[in-house]
Amino acid sequence: MKLAVQVNEGPYQHQATDSAYHFTKAALEKGHEVFRVFFYHDGVLNGTRLTTPPQDDRNIVNRWVELAEKYDLDLVLCVAAAQRRGIVDDGEAERNGKDATNIAPKFRISGLGQLIEAAIQCDRLVVFGD
Amino acid sequence: MADLYTVNKSPFEKNSLEDAIRFSSEGASILLIEDGVYGAMAGTAVSDLVAGATGRKFYALRADLKARGIAEDRLIDGVELVDYAGFVDLVVNHDKVQAWL
Amino acid sequence: MSDVKKFMYLNRRAPYGTIYAWESLEVVLIGAAFDQEVSLMFVDDGVFQLVKGSDTSESDMKNFTPTYRTLGDYGVRHMYVDKASLEARGLTQDDLIEVAWEDWETEEEVDNIVEILDSKEIAKKLEESDVVFSF
Repeated sequence: MKLAVQVNEGPYQHQATDSAYHFTKAALEKGHEVFRVFFYHDGVLNGTRLTTPPQDDRNIVNRWVELAEKYDLDLVLCVAAAQRRGIVDDGEAERNGKDATNIAPKFRISGLGQLIEAAIQCDRLVVFGD
Repeated sequence: MADLYTVNKSPFEKNSLEDAIRFSSEGASILLIEDGVYGAMAGTAVSDLVAGATGRKFYALRADLKARGIAEDRLIDGVELVDYAGFVDLVVNHDKVQAWL
Repeated sequence: MSDVKKFMYLNRRAPYGTIYAWESLEVVLIGAAFDQEVSLMFVDDGVFQLVKGSDTSESDMKNFTPTYRTLGDYGVRHMYVDKASLEARGLTQDDLIEVAWEDWETEEEVDNIVEILDSKEIAKKLEESDVVFSF
């Protein structure tokens, strides 16, 4: 089955992103297609490579990256939410005159249309949030 | 088929569980995750919410119960435990998912 | 998939205290381009999103309340409000904004698409939807 996942919360602050990760991983391991994971609201904070959690804790950002590498998962950060919260890729840095980027590998920044498209294309949308 | 309702709030904090019950029909399934699993405990001030919701099937995510030290013998009768793979199966086997956050 | 899906946006949070209401509205506005059948549901503190008379001039926040009035132009066909949530907050339909809707092709017009429903009716609307977005 074709699934879409929406993540509304940032890492560490709320368990939503942990739930979303474990759900997505289980779905992929069962052979389902996860068409896209869309990060919205503070969820875009899942996509900064500058995260440095203590060594005895899970690395939520790297965990997403590794899952994306293994399954060619589409990890999309909402552009409007990302701009508000300072998540920047090369394109955004150039467009908005920023002197740095911080997006993690395997993540990309795109519009809200990507969420709508996922909802249209997929058999199920599963939302994780606060 | 019917819908799957996910609830991630403690019933002592917010009315999400109450809503999921109120806005569901007989045949619906309600999955308690994150702090939502506190709603699966027997002998609390809100246990009757779940125990009295006839026609709804309740599930709770085992990992979240364990993290919170809620032993299985403390649960309301009839609440079924699932792991993440079981969560995926529930999503697949229902018409759609409604997240009551 | 070319079929039109029934989208339901489930709003359960008050505006301004958190960004959820505004960013949820942004999805609705962007989603209009996709020509789906769109309904909005307001439950719990979500009913406060539709209260008239918002003035953010002293709080320096973006006032997005007027945007709700334009939703009919963005293809939103129904805005449902939970009766129990409204009553619990001491509100009536008179306290809520009105949202007009018009079909440009058929010239069908509705003066106000904001509609108050009881629990059973809301459960039915939710079940009839193909996708429920929660924020």
